[in-house]
Amino acid sequence: MDDASMKLKQRQPRRYVLTKKLDAFFTDVYSFGQFIARFFRTVFLPPYEFKEIIKQSYAIGVKSLPLITLTGFITGIVFTKQSRPSLSEFGATSWLPSLVAIAIIRALAPLVTGLITAGKVGSNIGAELGSMKVTEQIDAMEVSATNPFRFLVVTRILSTTFMVPLLMLYMALLALLGAFVNVHANEQTSFVSFIENGFQTISFLDIFSSIFKSVIFGFTIGIVGCYQGYNTTQGTQGVGRAANSSVVMSMFLIFIEEIIIVQITNWFRP
Amino acid sequence: MEKKEKHIDRTKQVITIRDLHKSFGTNHVLRGIDLDIFQGENVVVLGRSGTGKSVLIKIIAGLLKPDKGTVNVLGENVASLSYRKLEELRLRIGFSFQNSALYDSMTVRENLEFPLLRNSKHLTTAQVNSAVEKALEAVGLSHAINQWPAELSGGQRKRIGIARTLIMQPAIMLYDEPTAGLDPITSMEINDLINEVQQRFNTSSIIITHDLTCARATGDKLAVLLDGRFVQMGSFEEVFASGDERLKSFYDYNFIT
Repeated sequence: MDDASMKLKQRQPRRYVLTKKLDAFFTDVYSFGQFIARFFRTVFLPPYEFKEIIKQSYAIGVKSLPLITLTGFITGIVFTKQSRPSLSEFGATSWLPSLVAIAIIRALAPLVTGLITAGKVGSNIGAELGSMKVTEQIDAMEVSATNPFRFLVVTRILSTTFMVPLLMLYMALLALLGAFVNVHANEQTSFVSFIENGFQTISFLDIFSSIFKSVIFGFTIGIVGCYQGYNTTQGTQGVGRAANSSVVMSMFLIFIEEIIIVQITNWFRP
Repeated sequence: MEKKEKHIDRTKQVITIRDLHKSFGTNHVLRGIDLDIFQGENVVVLGRSGTGKSVLIKIIAGLLKPDKGTVNVLGENVASLSYRKLEELRLRIGFSFQNSALYDSMTVRENLEFPLLRNSKHLTTAQVNSAVEKALEAVGLSHAINQWPAELSGGQRKRIGIARTLIMQPAIMLYDEPTAGLDPITSMEINDLINEVQQRFNTSSIIITHDLTCARATGDKLAVLLDGRFVQMGSFEEVFASGDERLKSFYDYNFIT
């Protein structure tokens, strides 16, 4: 192509299939789909980065413990405190342990853990990979004959997928402990009686669906954070945007997944 | 440091580029590049910012795919290699990035160990330590072994970046703006280091720069990139004696202003 025809081509207004924003949206959805497919193509093939998975799991799981401990305990106390007046109106405060246990195990623990991890870990992954991308550290890894997708992305996604369910179980325990503290302070219920009452109404399906939800939430947090970070452009401004979009997009997807999984779980309830 | 006499093996081409084209959307960055680099030769690619100099070496390292044309590195056509074969080839190419690209979350020692531990798993701890020490010694920064990248100056980061590539004993070195953002004295030290690396490890190099002092100090051959094509090629003296008006302002800016 000669220079004149190239200049002519450059002057022509760009055409869009739908509109500029819709085209960008669908292109982004497509490339996110490709990113997920690439993860599944890579994850089962050796070499496996066990050392890095353990390192990331420590960073994601252990370092989130203080925050999860605090929010779990407070969630238990607050939820119990807020539920008591409604139940006492009907003289049904004895139902408090089972109500609180159902709420915590079925909904609160997975959702709150997912949202907290999205905020803390998702933003961290987005910012870290984004900063590595704009400072060419990802390219440097690639030219050192290390597959950066396997080393940085696959390990982080696996770590969030493994650690969020564990954090959820830990949060559920802490929230139940918080609930017990409140119930014990008001009704002098013993711990054994609280646990017996609470778990009377909890089924295997409740626990299984919560763990399943947390696995999905963990995967979402990992894949969204990595996608945003790995595709960062436009320097430091892009890094900030990647961290922000990681949180917003993860939280949005977590709510959507919550609705879908609750719906599916209800089909299996007797 | 003055350039020493060196032996360039004109019978052995390490990089051969033919009719290379690369575009980003409507922006045609490279429009038909031809280049030969021989064993032991330092080639400087000179050009203004945004002329596609870095794109050229990223294509050589397989980080970008060309739209058209061939790039042969050490006898392999880079664009047609499988990922595994490309990884093997990359072990023989050292890439020094413009901003050094040191891993922020690792110390200097870990930065240097990283490519070695991942690609030479049979090495003992003593061998790894010795390789790290040798690479740091080659760039004169043995004392920085336990420091973090954030604690280093710009010049030191460049040196560590070069040491990280040297640890794999590459046959080819690619330097992306090695003196950008450095003061004249540190720039001179980096130029000396580039020559030293070439002589000590008998590498062939491509040095991307817009710094004429660096070009003169390190290049055996200069290739001037303008509007996606090489407009001049030869020794520093030949290129700037050509009387090409397009190069005059470049020369004046570097040496007069």
